[in-house]
Amino acid sequence: MQTFILQAEYLDRLIQAIRADGYQVLGPTLAERAIVYDEIRSADDLPRGWTDEQEKGYYRVKRREDDAYFGYAAGPHSWKKFLQLPRRPVWRAQKSIHPMQITAVVEEAPAMAFLGVRSCELHAIATQDRVFVDGRYQNDSYAERRGKLFIVAVNCTSAAATCFCTSMNTGPKVTLPNDLEMTEVIDGENHYFLLCSGSGKGERILRQLPLKRAGKRHREAERDSIQQAVKQMLEGPRSFDSSDLKELLYRNYESPAWDQVADRCLSCANCTMACPTCFCSTVEDTTDLSGEHAQRWERWDSCFTADFSYITGGPVRPDTRSRYRQWMTHKLATWYDQFGTSGCVGCGRCIAWCPVGIDITEEVQRIREAEKP
Amino acid sequence: MGNATPVPKLAVWKFASCDGCQLSLLDCEDELLQLADKIDIAYFMEASSRQLEGPYDLSLVEGSITTAEDEERIREVRAQSHTLITIGACATAGGIQALRNFSDVKDFTSIVYAHPEYIATLKTSTPISAHVPVDFELQGCPINKRQLLEVISAFLHRRPPQVPPHSVCIECKLKGNVCVMVAHGTPCMGPVTHAGCGALCPSYNRGCYACYGPKENPNTASLSHWWKEEMEVQPVTIVENLRNFNAAAPAFAEESRRHDKE
Repeated sequence: MQTFILQAEYLDRLIQAIRADGYQVLGPTLAERAIVYDEIRSADDLPRGWTDEQEKGYYRVKRREDDAYFGYAAGPHSWKKFLQLPRRPVWRAQKSIHPMQITAVVEEAPAMAFLGVRSCELHAIATQDRVFVDGRYQNDSYAERRGKLFIVAVNCTSAAATCFCTSMNTGPKVTLPNDLEMTEVIDGENHYFLLCSGSGKGERILRQLPLKRAGKRHREAERDSIQQAVKQMLEGPRSFDSSDLKELLYRNYESPAWDQVADRCLSCANCTMACPTCFCSTVEDTTDLSGEHAQRWERWDSCFTADFSYITGGPVRPDTRSRYRQWMTHKLATWYDQFGTSGCVGCGRCIAWCPVGIDITEEVQRIREAEKP
Repeated sequence: MGNATPVPKLAVWKFASCDGCQLSLLDCEDELLQLADKIDIAYFMEASSRQLEGPYDLSLVEGSITTAEDEERIREVRAQSHTLITIGACATAGGIQALRNFSDVKDFTSIVYAHPEYIATLKTSTPISAHVPVDFELQGCPINKRQLLEVISAFLHRRPPQVPPHSVCIECKLKGNVCVMVAHGTPCMGPVTHAGCGALCPSYNRGCYACYGPKENPNTASLSHWWKEEMEVQPVTIVENLRNFNAAAPAFAEESRRHDKE
């Protein structure tokens, strides 16, 4: 695969080329004091010169010392909001027509291009693909949107304190399929992107850009930049060995650590909503006052709510201890049996966006320690 | 429902309250006509002086119990009602007037009224459920009119209402809101508060102040601990947030008492 150089001043050409190909470009932008994912109409919409500082229950945007476009880590949004819609109508029914008529709500899926997908996020999308596309039961809305997707992946060159993709083997170097792969390099006055295509669609975009062939020093700069993110994580507080997580959690259904975390957990569901792989949804059936019209909606749900495990007589998991245990054991252990991988990609969103700073990596550690004689 | 079936009779009752929740029903405007088609509004003093005798198929009860007379009256309402649904923070948690539960009500009446001896009131303001069995509680100050219509539709068509008791956080996340607590450092009651408002305040970058009362399974102790230890929120702010319209809801009352002494 040939690697090229795109000078930073031409980044907008890339965006316009993708837009001209009929895609709605979605990517990072600064809004409400956070870097969120929204529509990108030009390079000016990108959070140039901004980064974030993250810790458990803490997120702040701040100015960078340089003008990097992609110099931030995972933010409050994940790409799942565009693929697995937070809320969507499934069908509508009308009683006055005999027999009762049920009409599926079929959406014309938009052609979307995600700009700035990190390696952990590619893993998250692949994880959701296994649930919604590759499994026995397809979610047509997801599959349609996913089928038309154009992905511009970006290698991470810096990590937030909450990042632990190196521990989950999901990054920071992009390894999964994509249409275009980019690495941003700022070397003194020289600000450029290394760019290579991963598909015919990507190749077609590349051909429209003012590119130069990447040299050895560019490749070295790229490698060093990604290595910097690796180093930050390995030396950071959240680096751990994840190879035995499944066995660890299967051994520890009754760990006292669950009681401790239940004292702190709010069962508010923020972690599951922020998580890029959590895929649970519920259906809501409603009628209008006349009773002539009914609707079914699909909506994101969470294993932290009582309704989630409600069966006749009450919820199976009425307390927070059982809900947290369910979430973490599924994410890190039973997911392997269900889908063949971990459900965690190490993006750290559940750590930063927990209102009371519960840290999944710390909880793993707590369970390990509680096991020691 | 065929023409032969009599339409269900609706009654709307007021106890100690501001009328705001009853107004939510009048506020339904377009749907109100449709509702009048499907249900006989037999007793609704806020809207009409027409009063039909009970029994009633559905009673909506607004307000809390603050007088000895109302303790009696709610039993009569219950006896006449097939289904009784309480609406709003007063009826479900005692309302703002339950602030009296944390002090001596005489201290208030002596300051507020020229002749406090004329005031005959109970020492506490209590929710309807403390006096009679309640079939469904719709929380909120005031209630959301969409949710009210949903509850009435559910009653009419004998299905469970879609009024999820989860946190306001879920509403924020569904809307794509950036968390004001995590990203701005703004104290927000959302993680312990019942959904229903559509995350109104956080959508405008303000902290939730818990108009909708406690969500199911609320952990107010953990939230206030984080506010105090990590966000340097003063005890007075913690108490103020817990003691609004749902001050007497047990999860809020217990936690506010813990910080009251500080």
